[in-house]
Amino acid sequence: MKILVSVKRVIDANVKVRVKADRTGVETANVKMSMNPFDEIAVEEAIRLAEDGKAAEIVVVSAGPEKCSETIRTALAMGADRGIHVTCEDALEPLAVAKILKAIVDRETPDIVIAGKQAIDDDCNQTGQMLAGLLGWPQGTFVSKLEIGDGEVQVTREVDGGLETLALELPCVVTTDLRLNEPRYASLPNIMRAKKKPIDIVTPEELGVDIAPRLTTLKIEEPPKREAGVKLETAAELIDKLANEAGVI
Amino acid sequence: MTDEQESLILDSIDRFIARDVKPVAHDLEAADAYPIEIVEKMKEIGLFGATVAPEYGGLGLGAVTYARIVERVSAAWMSVAGIFNAHLIMAAVVERFGTEEQKQRYLPRFASGELRGAVALTEPDCGTDLQAITTRAVRDGNDYVINGAKMWITNSIYGHIIAVLVKTDPGTDPPHKGMSLLLVEKGDGISVSKLDKLGYRGIDTGSMVFEDCRVPADNLIGGEEGRGLQQILAGMELGRINVAARGVGIAQACLDESLAYAQVRKTFGKPICEHQAIQIKLADMATGVEAARLLVEKAARVYDSGQRADMEAGMAKLFASEVALKNSLEAMRIHGAYGYSTEYNLERYYRDAPLLAIGEGTNELQRIIIARELIKRNPV
Ligand SMILES: Cc1cc2nc3c(=O)[nH]c(=O)nc-3n(C[C@H](O)[C@H](O)[C@H](O)COP(=O)(O)OP(=O)(O)OC[C@H]3O[C@@H](n4cnc5c(N)ncnc54)[C@H](O)[C@@H]3O)c2cc1C
Ligand SMILES: Cc1cc2nc3c(=O)[nH]c(=O)nc-3n(C[C@H](O)[C@H](O)[C@H](O)COP(=O)(O)OP(=O)(O)OC[C@H]3O[C@@H](n4cnc5c(N)ncnc54)[C@H](O)[C@@H]3O)c2cc1C
Repeated sequence: MKILVSVKRVIDANVKVRVKADRTGVETANVKMSMNPFDEIAVEEAIRLAEDGKAAEIVVVSAGPEKCSETIRTALAMGADRGIHVTCEDALEPLAVAKILKAIVDRETPDIVIAGKQAIDDDCNQTGQMLAGLLGWPQGTFVSKLEIGDGEVQVTREVDGGLETLALELPCVVTTDLRLNEPRYASLPNIMRAKKKPIDIVTPEELGVDIAPRLTTLKIEEPPKREAGVKLETAAELIDKLANEAGVI
Repeated sequence: MTDEQESLILDSIDRFIARDVKPVAHDLEAADAYPIEIVEKMKEIGLFGATVAPEYGGLGLGAVTYARIVERVSAAWMSVAGIFNAHLIMAAVVERFGTEEQKQRYLPRFASGELRGAVALTEPDCGTDLQAITTRAVRDGNDYVINGAKMWITNSIYGHIIAVLVKTDPGTDPPHKGMSLLLVEKGDGISVSKLDKLGYRGIDTGSMVFEDCRVPADNLIGGEEGRGLQQILAGMELGRINVAARGVGIAQACLDESLAYAQVRKTFGKPICEHQAIQIKLADMATGVEAARLLVEKAARVYDSGQRADMEAGMAKLFASEVALKNSLEAMRIHGAYGYSTEYNLERYYRDAPLLAIGEGTNELQRIIIARELIKRNPV
């Protein structure tokens, strides 16, 4: 079985994000970047399947600027077999990424695509679903457990009322939730060895994909600062404020 | 080594620290308990082969990258950096001066962490003046027989193999011509007892007694007597870079905690970072860290270029350890009573930092080395 995993380079989860002065986006210069944590979980899951003898090859794909090769290399150091870097300097919307991934799927014909359920930078939560739609494949989203069966996979999803278990026919698209696994970090010898693993480079044009944006960003703003609270002396004061200031009772 | 690889390596180190070191450091250190699980993890991620050449199973990292690793680890818990320091000094000495047979026999097992090492130089009656050691190794057939005592030997309890500095001929002039390094695998004729200490806890520092301890003559590093002191002094260039990088790590950790605390702690209606007395401390601490880091980097670059780096490593070690000492005290002051509390990390940095002024050659000795080298390089 062949697994395709998509990985995105995002601002590291521990960085305090700052909005650019001109409000067109967030500051990324001199900011630590890492693999999207949900994608790390996707890579980890693929590696575990390979270690269990259930997957023969893991291919990782990342679309974005030159530095994305580092994100691919991280996945290779964790244990993926080879990488594909779709080079593109412009920001990509989920639909564009889904189209790129579809083109890669057409070339690579994997049995499963595993993606993160969302990227922690734009929180779109769309790419996996759009990809499944474009491919006409079944999808299992927000997966917290994944088991390979005969010609199908069983996935457990965390839904409002509890846990939902679905059987998906292969090939299919799966997106990962936090509880699926705890990803490993690459050992130093594996980082050195990963240098020899191949990364193919292609452009969206070569894939014949239209990546023109469909959305216009009007502005990006900092979330409002939390104001300091006030201390009230009596319950009567509280009732008064809830009724007259907050207007909630 | 590409920038990309270094960046991935440091990223893995950061994760190792966040996941496997930080959560347990405080309690293990308070109990003075050896971090067995951390060591297993270090084996897994390959730290014991960090500077060992790839042809012998190591990573072949340069000193620049190595120093960056040590800095990060020490900012979390300095003792962890000690577990691979003496080990890698020993490995560096074998790699540089050992016979090919010794390299084949030992380096791959050093690199995997299967055999972890220590370096035993100091004795109860001498440390700085190593030519005064009295531990004796006498040739007997195909063996050497060692008798004597060593003191303050890090990794001597959990380590498996020790590079021991001995006198093979006590009558030479100068004395170092009668000094040799033997690789001693733990076994009969060696007893070790643990020493209690102010800081650098958790890691095992012990006193060792050698009584008719037999070592195959094949374990004489380089196969030739009388070279031991030069061999170990060369190895200690890497050790000084390690110790200097530890200083940067501790100094940085003290700065980071102080910067965060000074912005939230308020006195007289404003955060203490707005009081000039605290601003001066923060500025001096940060400047010290930057300067120390640059000195370490310079020393590491000289080391990596293959030139002798004793002066540069000495300067880095001297300066960075003094910055660590200073920053640990300033951080404690900035934290007021919380700095003095054993619930937080600051008092640990304060107890760990002084070792850096003593180990790998005291700072007094570093000044002697620096001055001597200055004069040698600038004759009139
Ligand atoms: C926690 C810890 C771990 C250690 N681990 C190891 C280890 O793994 N292996 C090992 O071999 N050793 C180890 N040591 C020992 C360490 O290397 C020695 O303590 C150090 O070299 C100093 O030697 P000393 O303690 O005998 O001090 P001494 O040499 O007795 O020095 C005492 C004082 O005199 C000063 N002094 C000495 N000579 C001169 C001079 N010529 N001019 C001016 N001042 C001078 C020194 O700077 C110092 O201030 C460790 C020590 C500690 C505390
Ligand atoms: C072992 C121990 C025993 C103690 N025993 C007692 C006791 O019996 N009774 C008791 O009441 N207290 C006791 N204390 C508390 C001690 O008095 C306080 O720790 C001390 O007054 C400092 O206050 P703080 O810790 O809140 O630090 P903070 O007041 O928060 O000060 C933090 C830092 O900011 C600096 N700073 C504050 N204001 C300014 C300013 N305007 N300009 C420049 N710098 C400023 C301080 O010098 C310090 O460096 C004890 C503390 C310890 C550690």
